[in-house]
Amino acid sequence: MKNTLRRGRVAAACLTLLSVSVLSACGSSDDDKKTEAVEKLGKTEGKVSILAWPGYVEDGSNDPAVDWVSAFEKDTGCEVTSKSYGTSDEAFNLAKSGEYDVIAASGDLSLRLVASKEAQAINTDLVPNYANVYDFLKNTEWNTVDGKNYGVPHGYGANLLMFNKKNFAEAPTSWSAVFDKAQLEKNKGKVTAYDSPIYIADAALYLMKTQPELKIENPYALDQDQLDAAVALLKEQRKYVGEYWSDYLKEIQAFETGDSVVGTTWQVIKNNIKNKDVDVTLPTEGATAWNDTWMLSSQAKNPNCAYKWMDYILSPEANAQATEYFGEAPNSPEACTKTADPKHCDTFHAGDQEYAKQLWFWRTPVKDCLDGRTDVECTDYAQWTEAWTEIKG
Amino acid sequence: MTLSPLARRVLAGLTFGVLALIYLPLLVVVANSVNPSQSMTWPPDGLTFEWWRRAAHSEGAREALVTSLQVAAVATALALLLGTLLALALQRYSFFGKNAVNLLVILPIALPGVVTGIALNNGFKGILGVDLALWTIVVAHATFCIVTVFNNVQARLRRMGTSLEEASADLGAGVLTTFRLVTLPQLRSALLAGGMLAFALSFDEIIVTTFTAGNGATTLPIWILNNMFRPNQAPVVNVVAVVLIVFSIIPVWLAQRLSSDVEGVR
Amino acid sequence: MSATSADTRPGRTTDPALRGPVARPGSRLLHRMVWLRLTLLLSAPLAWMLLVYVVALAALLITSLWSVDSLTSEIDRTWTLDNFRTLLENDVYRKVTVRTLGVAVAVTLIDVAIALPIAFYMAKVASPRVRRMLVVAVLTPLWASYLVKVFSWRVVLSEGGLADWTGLGSPGYGLTAVVITQAYIWLPYVILPIFASLERVPDSLLEAAGDLGAPSGFVLRTVVFPLLVPGIVAGAIFSFSLTMGDYITVNIVGGANQMLGNLVYINAGAANNLPLAAAIAMIPIVVMLVLLTAIRRTGALDNL
Repeated sequence: MKNTLRRGRVAAACLTLLSVSVLSACGSSDDDKKTEAVEKLGKTEGKVSILAWPGYVEDGSNDPAVDWVSAFEKDTGCEVTSKSYGTSDEAFNLAKSGEYDVIAASGDLSLRLVASKEAQAINTDLVPNYANVYDFLKNTEWNTVDGKNYGVPHGYGANLLMFNKKNFAEAPTSWSAVFDKAQLEKNKGKVTAYDSPIYIADAALYLMKTQPELKIENPYALDQDQLDAAVALLKEQRKYVGEYWSDYLKEIQAFETGDSVVGTTWQVIKNNIKNKDVDVTLPTEGATAWNDTWMLSSQAKNPNCAYKWMDYILSPEANAQATEYFGEAPNSPEACTKTADPKHCDTFHAGDQEYAKQLWFWRTPVKDCLDGRTDVECTDYAQWTEAWTEIKG
Repeated sequence: MTLSPLARRVLAGLTFGVLALIYLPLLVVVANSVNPSQSMTWPPDGLTFEWWRRAAHSEGAREALVTSLQVAAVATALALLLGTLLALALQRYSFFGKNAVNLLVILPIALPGVVTGIALNNGFKGILGVDLALWTIVVAHATFCIVTVFNNVQARLRRMGTSLEEASADLGAGVLTTFRLVTLPQLRSALLAGGMLAFALSFDEIIVTTFTAGNGATTLPIWILNNMFRPNQAPVVNVVAVVLIVFSIIPVWLAQRLSSDVEGVR
Repeated sequence: MSATSADTRPGRTTDPALRGPVARPGSRLLHRMVWLRLTLLLSAPLAWMLLVYVVALAALLITSLWSVDSLTSEIDRTWTLDNFRTLLENDVYRKVTVRTLGVAVAVTLIDVAIALPIAFYMAKVASPRVRRMLVVAVLTPLWASYLVKVFSWRVVLSEGGLADWTGLGSPGYGLTAVVITQAYIWLPYVILPIFASLERVPDSLLEAAGDLGAPSGFVLRTVVFPLLVPGIVAGAIFSFSLTMGDYITVNIVGGANQMLGNLVYINAGAANNLPLAAAIAMIPIVVMLVLLTAIRRTGALDNL
């Protein structure tokens, strides 16, 4: 008895001590965060730390033929360390650690970084190659807040509909192939979808076109009722889903073998599939899409090298190499002339304004409705995440 | 106890059958390392040594391998030291809180990796306020590797009894001398077994590692994770795995030889 | 824990230092030496475990009582039970918990059932040479990367994959595939401790039982099995907890399913909701603690 008592007391003491230390020690101070853009550049620091999607920062260590980092290091004397991430959500957490100077962020990440004061505004005058970039990628809602630019565009691509012709009498032209019950029934257990809360926007886009009474104006601005409708649609779809994908090897394999026959995809995945029956289309409803931008961390320890990197990776040569390797549209007409495959930009519809108009680029859903509504509160990304957990069940 | 020949044969059949099953997926890995299809579909559509050529030139894989070996070596060394100390304390003495300590050692391996992972991640970043790096992986690995050493050493200590140590003390040897000349030699094979398991555990750990790895700290499993998800790299990963299996046979076999030589008395 | 000498009793195993026939100067000094030695032995590992692990775990527990401000996504440090309420009120978490435990139990049962005869054959039937070969054969797959093995199973189980190809048929991606893959991955970790504890059973003991006329089955049940319990328990703890914490296998071969590990991972990383992740993590922690205490009652842990 005595023992238990003493043990209890010790534990209590430990806990008290601990909670004090936790309370005082953790929590990031906002003091070291610099969100204002710089006026001019200083001396380069000799190194830069980059956080990016796999395949964005290649230094030849994975494949000696794929290397655009070494040239940068030689030119600027900035040594590059990089870390790759699997999902935007993972990147958000990594970015908050403050260990990275530059971050390649998709639209579902960029605004979150700005809102949590993790991003520093960028003085685009200090990034000469910014001038080349397609105008429709500049000053967009996912890289500019209150007139301040927080990201310079890298490349973009759409979330397309991929299908196996064998399973469809006629090639599908609508997202109903993955949302309509009658059509889902034919491919039960062989439907696939992107494994992320942001996929809710795909459902919202479909509802926007098929159920006007819901009055969805923007798939990233959903009030509670609209979100509920999208969630209900996705829960119905869940019954027919074979698997969700987030890494593209998994999706390539599944379509090669026939484990999946219809679902969302990226152009690059289609390009890697040898199975001739697999095709891809931009459905009539349009599609969600991503546009990645290079952002500067508010905690950047090497801002000058970071600027050098942003300028370098926006240069036509480097941008062509990087976007072609990853499999997405480059950011400028100049880059399109530098790709190894002369057809690359056609395949990926780079600079095609008509095509781009049908795309709803990823953005972070926030409480202030992105479509300008002020009479309701919209659902934010945390709610989408919770909903996503429930959808998967 | 005598087993009937039939029972022996059934047991042998079962054992070798299961072993065959264990090696089947590894054969698939071998097949895929020479499979021209980048997405590793079955059956292979041909034969190519392109991936082997690429793997031979993959600096990233080599560096990651070295990093992993370093991490595993340091983590194992730490685990050997801490695990042995603990085993000696718990097996040779009894004291208040012994049970709690016993439980504490098992905990890092008994709790799911994802729990240990976020706890340590939060601990390093939130409480200590340090940046994740390579040493944070080492600390994390050492923590859950202690138990393998502890288990092996403790079991050996129990079997050893104390008579030899007592004899040594009776003959006037000091505590340290007794440990060095009497206890340690008897522990050798247990340390070897525990160390091997710790090394293997650390070498292939991915879940706790992802949560404790800093920028640029790429162990082999992290490299594999990163590369698995690039279609043109996945087959190279298979090559790396095949190489690992082949080379691992040497240390495993050596260790096995060493330990059974010591154990000779049965 | 060993700070006061009052708590320290001389070991139940007689301590060599206390025993010398030659009277050393003053038994008091020796007495003090005992706890001094114990402190020396214990301080480093205990400090390590407490500072690195217990503090981190306790902090996690505390975090689970906080919440995240949805606007700034900073952690709000007001005490609240909201996270645990979410766990209780939302069906999803119960469903996923049950699913995860089910998979972990299935994997553990399969692994123990397979490991027992193999370990027995290795330790008691095979010749020393074959035994050595078998141990190497069991250990070697541990060195092939976990991820590579899981992906290999994905290839085996895919439509038209090896399983289909050989005519066995594949269950497809889903929970069955997760159970198969996990059982495969953790099998060596179950075989080894059982093998080790069997090796410790002296052959003479079995022979004696046999000589006394006991039938093999009886010997196995009454002599061998009790001696095996610690090994089985150790292996079972390994496979159970490793399965319970996994989130990568289920992503690769689990079809559309998610397990507890995924929820923790998503909330810690993706949703940036560490408090909720911490609360979910309490589920496996509680399960393991309950399990370990239950096992401790049976005394199996003492021999682990």
